[in-house]
Amino acid sequence: MSPHELLVVPMGYGFMVRALAATVTAAAVCAVLSCWLVLIGWSLMGDAVSHAVLPGVVLAYVVGVPFALGAAVFGFLAVALIGVVRDTSRVKEDAAIGIVFSTLFALGLVLISVTPSQVDLHHVVFGNLLGVDRADLVQITAIGGAALLVLLLKRRDFTLYAFDPVHAHAIGLNPRLIGAALLGLLALTCVVALQVVGVVLVVAMLIIPGSTAHLLTDRLGRMLVIAPALSVCASVVGLYLSYHLNTASGGMVVLVQGAVFLLAYLFGPRHGVLGRRVAAIRSARTPPPPAG
Amino acid sequence: MNAVEVDGVTVRYGDVLALDRVSLALGAGRVCGLVGVNGSGKSTLFKTITGLVRPERGAVRVRGGPPALARRGGTVAYVPQSEAVDWAFPVSVREVVMTGRHGGLGLTRRPRRVDHEAVDRALDRVGLTDLADRRIGGLSGGQRKRAFVARGIAQQARVLLLDEPFAGVDKRSEGTITRLLRELAADGAAVLVSTHDLRSLPDLADEAVLLMRRVLVHGSPQEVLRPDNLARAFGLDVGLREGEPA
Ligand SMILES: Nc1ncnc2c1ncn2[C@@H]1O[C@H](COP(=O)(O)OP(=O)(O)OP(=O)(O)O)[C@@H](O)[C@H]1O
Ligand SMILES: [Mg+2]
Repeated sequence: MSPHELLVVPMGYGFMVRALAATVTAAAVCAVLSCWLVLIGWSLMGDAVSHAVLPGVVLAYVVGVPFALGAAVFGFLAVALIGVVRDTSRVKEDAAIGIVFSTLFALGLVLISVTPSQVDLHHVVFGNLLGVDRADLVQITAIGGAALLVLLLKRRDFTLYAFDPVHAHAIGLNPRLIGAALLGLLALTCVVALQVVGVVLVVAMLIIPGSTAHLLTDRLGRMLVIAPALSVCASVVGLYLSYHLNTASGGMVVLVQGAVFLLAYLFGPRHGVLGRRVAAIRSARTPPPPAG
Repeated sequence: MNAVEVDGVTVRYGDVLALDRVSLALGAGRVCGLVGVNGSGKSTLFKTITGLVRPERGAVRVRGGPPALARRGGTVAYVPQSEAVDWAFPVSVREVVMTGRHGGLGLTRRPRRVDHEAVDRALDRVGLTDLADRRIGGLSGGQRKRAFVARGIAQQARVLLLDEPFAGVDKRSEGTITRLLRELAADGAAVLVSTHDLRSLPDLADEAVLLMRRVLVHGSPQEVLRPDNLARAFGLDVGLREGEPA
């Protein structure tokens, strides 16, 4: 297959162009957010919010409003409920997350079963990348772009919050507010990624890029570049592969993300499992400096 | 005007009474040592002064005003006990010190030239210039503490609160930190520092507070270290006499 057939021909289809634009947007914004999520330890939170938006999506279809609105409402609701259950009972955070998101997800499943068939469960759960239409794409780029802009403009606040919320408080910032803003952006980001990979796999887009970048550098500033760069590349490769191999697009995107993580895990120069060994062997080979 | 005034503060965590009508005043230009057994409320007192913990009764004033105002003005620097920090976090020493300038920066918190200069000076003062670009977790215990003191210096804080900065720190680093705190007090800062190292207390502090949920004694280090006072705070079997290790 010539490079032309490999790379250019697929883009002759409008649906592929839109799919590519949606993928790149979602991959970039998810990856940037994921850097803070994995450092704070909020990976499960991403999983929770992405599942919890399901009833919102269904209700939005029923009422006839943009599905992003319904998803965002339920995303915020999930975050709030998790906080309430955690803070007002003896239930620990991970259990609170599990209880809230599975219950909301179940509510979504029940709602789908009683609504007329215009909501395709399969599309919501596994994404409908190749079915992204013009209106969807406008929505995805608008929400994704806005979220990305806020994340980048306020990145130093988010980093301070993630590293040392106590110091943030001591110098007069409001760490609760910063945390809430981050969770709000998480809800919006889930809405964006939902279309691309579906409810079940959003969490992959929100955890893998940040984790991969963390294996490759000791600087958050560099993570914020490496994560979206790798994530966008992996997603584009995944999209092309799904086209040529005729496989599920959302699944393929995440599969390539996972493969990139595996490479970093094995061969990362400083923190990779094999990379560390290679470095150790190399330094053993170089003669030690003369004693004295 | 006192740098910090704690007035009849009572703090409870659920059923646990952590502070019981604590009153004390800290003057500018002085180092005050805070001494007490584990669980005597030292950390709670720090958290109350920074406003992390709300007192059930009583009030805190910083430089004559409400603590929230002092926080916004960057007046208060707080170095928590080590356990409270995620040492695996991917930030450099320089970046940590720069967070001392954070409050005074604009919308995107982009450091200006004066901020970089202030950070360089602070790093130099604590002797960490050579290690500035290392990851914070790559420092030794004593160096980490110095990094956080540097953050307070970069912040130009007038009130420095240090919760057990000498825990897990060797004698040399302890000496360095002590000298730094004394210098900062000489520059006019009020320094409150909790410690379990009773022997070094007279070198460190101008005055000391013996805490056991209540303030048992507030006076000179010598007074606090009197065996009868220590016996009240640490139990009768602690017979610490002069010249004996703590
Ligand atoms: N978040 C909390 N929830 C419940 N109880 C707490 C909490 N923090 C502290 N306590 C209790 O309050 C009391 C005072 O604790 P604090 O941490 O202030 O003591 P401390 O003097 O700093 O002790 P240490 O020397 O061990 O650091 C203790 O009995 C402790 O168990
Ligand atoms: Mg303590």
